[in-house]
Amino acid sequence: MTGVATNGATPPRPSPSGEPVVVFEDVSIAFDQKPVLESVSFQVRHGETRILLGPAGVGKSVLLKLTNGLLRPDSGRIFVFGKEISAMREEDLFELRGAIGTVFQEGALFDSLTVRDNVGYRLLEEHISEDEITSRVTEALRFVELEHTLYQFPSQLSGGMRRRVAIARAIVTHPQLILYDSPTGGLDPITSTTIIELVMKQRDVSHTSSIVVTHRLQDAFMLATHHFSTEENHMVPLGEHQADPNTSFMMLHQGRLVFDGTTAELVNSSDPFIRSYIE
Amino acid sequence: MALETIDAAAKRGVLAVQEYATLSGRALGNLFRRPFYRSDIFLQADIIGVGSLPIVILTGFFLGGVLALQSASTLTQFGATAFTGQLVSFSMIKEIGPVVTALMVSGRNASGMASELGSMIVTEQIDAMRALGTDPLKKLVMPRIVATVVMLFFLVILSDAVGIFGGGFVSVIMLGQDGSQYFHTAYQSLAFPDILQGLVKPVFFGLIIATIGCYFGMKTRGGTQGVGRSTTQAVVWSSILIITCDFLISRTLIGIFGR
Repeated sequence: MTGVATNGATPPRPSPSGEPVVVFEDVSIAFDQKPVLESVSFQVRHGETRILLGPAGVGKSVLLKLTNGLLRPDSGRIFVFGKEISAMREEDLFELRGAIGTVFQEGALFDSLTVRDNVGYRLLEEHISEDEITSRVTEALRFVELEHTLYQFPSQLSGGMRRRVAIARAIVTHPQLILYDSPTGGLDPITSTTIIELVMKQRDVSHTSSIVVTHRLQDAFMLATHHFSTEENHMVPLGEHQADPNTSFMMLHQGRLVFDGTTAELVNSSDPFIRSYIE
Repeated sequence: MALETIDAAAKRGVLAVQEYATLSGRALGNLFRRPFYRSDIFLQADIIGVGSLPIVILTGFFLGGVLALQSASTLTQFGATAFTGQLVSFSMIKEIGPVVTALMVSGRNASGMASELGSMIVTEQIDAMRALGTDPLKKLVMPRIVATVVMLFFLVILSDAVGIFGGGFVSVIMLGQDGSQYFHTAYQSLAFPDILQGLVKPVFFGLIIATIGCYFGMKTRGGTQGVGRSTTQAVVWSSILIITCDFLISRTLIGIFGR
């Protein structure tokens, strides 16, 4: 994987104010006095995909939950769309989360609701007309190629299909930021590739900013070295030693961010932990 | 070492009370904030109220019957069997009806709430709901509290009525008493403070059942084992609090009205 360089693809779409979508400043959090994240700082620019790597239990999911305000840091500040969410009331956070899509580890679909009501949950809460909900849900399900499951329940779907429905639920409101929590965890390689292709499609077609948590290196490098071709309707490699310029990496180890950089910097890193992780 | 254990246990206890009060307060505060989940309240009222009808009717009938049986055998010794109706109605309306109905509803619904919400916690559905911009205290907890308080109130009235009828059935059919006399004494002896006591209690008991069930559900940790633990704790604590609260309400109202 050495010698990877960025290609000359389109740069990330700048936000109107030019400010980063997500900013972490010296964020720390502990559970039962056991530190989970310590002084973590990073940024996500508009249209950028940050892949968060690290061994299981290192705090990757905690970092995502901090990003959409499901958890609050013990110290440090978190800004999302320029607003300091670490200082916001829960009531105000509900509104902000409307612009953030989240794909949970196991999908976290509401098992008492149909696929239509799961995907259109937010639209139902906003009392949008039934016809419009069905139309927008069908559009989101078409994106993940599951429009035939509209009236099925989550229990009738396979693990991979549930994950795809979760992606449809995250994108139905066209959010400006999507958080993927191990979207391919526990799935077979073929289904994992399908999911990664969907993440890539969202990145390259909608240019949505995202943080992708994973501990599967093959998924991470596939995201970095492929792009979604709308003409061919599937992902294609960028070319030898080329990587997507809008996709970069972060790595957590023992609660600290030990790497924050491009694909080329990651594969050329001499850090012993990073080398042992990627080799 | 022992002191540290006591210290830690006391801190955990205070924290639990604080969390319980916060959850209950925020859920009840949502009654006055939009959106108001009316359809969720009706759904929960159906599950909690209509779903509990069979157990409430059955237990009410047989409790009234056993009260008539037991009191008649004692009253016979004093030649006062004519007071069977009064004793049954007094006991059913002031104590047995509210307490036993609340315990039955607690066993059925506090456990149901704890296991349902607990399962949603461990499968991240509650986090997903928050991430989708919905307050779970407003969407899930508030409707359960409102539905339980309202439905328990009517279930207790129904249980009282069925219990008095059950006592009458036993008195007339099995003990050969006069039905008119039974129902006449049962009705005539009741005064406003007795009815008030019987109607105030289910409001507090309903609040206890729903808030305790939801509290243990929402603080579930540790997978399916944690769900089981929350379910047990919800039933145990709601039962303890119902009986403690029953004593406090009885003492207060007897202190005010003198009966």
